[in-house]
Amino acid sequence: MAITCKIDGIDVCVADGTSILNAAKEVGLKIPALCYHPDLDAWAACGICVVKMKGSPKLIRACAVPVENGKEYITRDAELVDARKAVLQLILSNHPNDCLLCGRSGNCELQTMAADFGIREQPFAENFEPLERDESTTSLVLNPEKCIKCGRCVLVCQKLQGVYALEFIGRGEKTRLAPAADVKLADSPCIKCGQCSAHCPVGAIYEKDETAKVFEALTNSEKHCVVQIAPAVRVALGEAFGLESGELLTGKMYAALRRLGFDKVFDTNFAADLTIMEEGTEFIHRFTQAPQELPLITSCCPAWVDYMEKYANDLIPNFSTCKSPQQMEGAMIKTYYAQKAGIDPKNIVVVSVMPCTAKKFEVQANDDMSSVLKGVQDVDIAITTRELARMIKQAGIDILSLKEEEVDPLLGTYTGAGTIFGVTGGVMEAALRTAVAKITGKELGKVELDAPRGMDGVKSAELDVGGKKVRIGVAHGMVNIEKVLNEVRAAKKAGKELPYHFIEVMACRGGCIGGGGQPHGATDEVRAKRTAGMYKDDEISKIRCSHNNPEILAAYKDFLVEPNSHKSHELLHRKYNKRPVYNK
Amino acid sequence: MADALLPMPTELTSFINEWKVKPGNLIMVLHKVQEHYGYIPQEVAVEVSKILEIPLAKIYGVATFYHLFSFKKPGKHKIAVCLGTACYLKGAQDLLDEIDAIIGCKAGEVSSDEKFSVDAVRCIGCCGLAPVLTIDGKVFGCVTADHMAGIIAPYQNDEVN
Repeated sequence: MAITCKIDGIDVCVADGTSILNAAKEVGLKIPALCYHPDLDAWAACGICVVKMKGSPKLIRACAVPVENGKEYITRDAELVDARKAVLQLILSNHPNDCLLCGRSGNCELQTMAADFGIREQPFAENFEPLERDESTTSLVLNPEKCIKCGRCVLVCQKLQGVYALEFIGRGEKTRLAPAADVKLADSPCIKCGQCSAHCPVGAIYEKDETAKVFEALTNSEKHCVVQIAPAVRVALGEAFGLESGELLTGKMYAALRRLGFDKVFDTNFAADLTIMEEGTEFIHRFTQAPQELPLITSCCPAWVDYMEKYANDLIPNFSTCKSPQQMEGAMIKTYYAQKAGIDPKNIVVVSVMPCTAKKFEVQANDDMSSVLKGVQDVDIAITTRELARMIKQAGIDILSLKEEEVDPLLGTYTGAGTIFGVTGGVMEAALRTAVAKITGKELGKVELDAPRGMDGVKSAELDVGGKKVRIGVAHGMVNIEKVLNEVRAAKKAGKELPYHFIEVMACRGGCIGGGGQPHGATDEVRAKRTAGMYKDDEISKIRCSHNNPEILAAYKDFLVEPNSHKSHELLHRKYNKRPVYNK
Repeated sequence: MADALLPMPTELTSFINEWKVKPGNLIMVLHKVQEHYGYIPQEVAVEVSKILEIPLAKIYGVATFYHLFSFKKPGKHKIAVCLGTACYLKGAQDLLDEIDAIIGCKAGEVSSDEKFSVDAVRCIGCCGLAPVLTIDGKVFGCVTADHMAGIIAPYQNDEVN
């Protein structure tokens, strides 16, 4: 049923249940809010979005109250502005004002709002005490001093991700958003996905900054610095420089990385193609010869791997043993490339640029991540898209004016299948492009597959592959995976036919394009644009299937021998460990 | 030597299992746990989380929201000083300061010898006797800071168990 009402005198017609805030958005009115985020259910914590309904003396919260038929709403008058200012000033009285020293300076929602409202005075006394930062993980930092208790991080952690690492501890002004039982984040169920940091409106949760380490390596003349860039970075990096979400920045990004001083610019997309060769072969083997090891579950997403090791470790045997593309690329750089270039791998520093905070955890997740040199990580430093943007700005590189450059050969050329790893369903689609060709012996006429695409939390389909039925499942947003796993568990227990043969999981909504290390401000609108950018990159690729990537073929011919070979297993595959949900 | 916290006594586990299927069970269960142990030990909270299939974070969220629940093992004797309006105006804060001076323990803390825990509580319903405090439920009214040493001494010297 449609609801008709008036907002600031403008007629609005929206679906029943639409909040005043969202109805106002339909007619170009942006009601300010700090706690509300379109990914989450409204829960009216901040009190900034107050509006009035004509005929009622009360101030109502626009984020949480649905519009009513025939009513008239007022979103701004002197009283409302005063109320919002007072709320802002109260929040500011609890918030350290050392903005210049804060990582969110310049894109902090609180700072922006204070500026928009022209806050020039602080009538309330400062009321905050120094609180300890939690720097226990290698991915994220919690700074409770900056927290405005909007609650987004807790809701994201529990409702979007189903992880329950963060919770409101205590009440009233003493409330902290922290792990339970006074444990540090590293000992909590946290999977380092960083969605809390991506949703935090202020500088209370942020990625552990490692840009200084990268600059240090780049200025060390004894080090040979090699960089790799994940698929989803190229469709979001531009946002930090004022471009539309989804605009492809691949060529300019390569150029900027060379300007920063990297000796070689490779691409994680190459390793995505390599993953398809390894994982596709693994799938064909299990599907045709070892059905007891089905379903095969993808392992590219480090936050998902962390979740699985803690919450779903009964399914370790179903996990693909493939390392993630980041780790494959790192291992290939320090072996294959090092040999070809005649460089001692000890002197190579591999830096990866990732849309993800969990990748910082993955580089040292276990011994398999140091497969080339004992005690030395295959990927030395993982930085996020946000950190790369800062590095480019700090170095004074005007990335938008640079000429597009090509990636370095050997471990850089990629196919359309490799690039769509950055979006939910992409790994599945890329794997099927190759698996179908291998199983049927025929190249696909149309490579695009519709079933794995789209924003549904769980997507499933049955495909005909050379006369055999292959059932696929794709889940994104960590909270959606448990349903899929439970279907598998139930079928196994009952001895019934499996609901899925192949399952792809990405922890973040939309896949890596919505990763916790991407530029701030991701909503479904932004995710859709980034997704379109990924598919465009696929469409403009000359080669669309991983098994036709000439550099992949060369790597197998010259070095790896064949997929799942002994050498592949040494360098490109890994083990998993069962771990407790809480370390202490 | 304190009793081992786990396994929980049958009385407690059967209570939890009985409440497991009922909505809104967490607060009831936490009450029972606190009643039994005098506080909510962390390892017991973990067990409750497993049995009720409620994330530990949620248990801590609820239990830290309500003042009544405590994750700290209380002292042998529980001193509760009323900070309700009447008691506060009649100088209850002086009593807390004096207690701190005598046993080295502020509101919300447990003394280092684990003999006392001190809490500031809201109105306990006998404002006519303000300021009021209780020790293990025994009420002391019209107390002044000068009285404190005399009131605490029997507990300190183990004359009262």
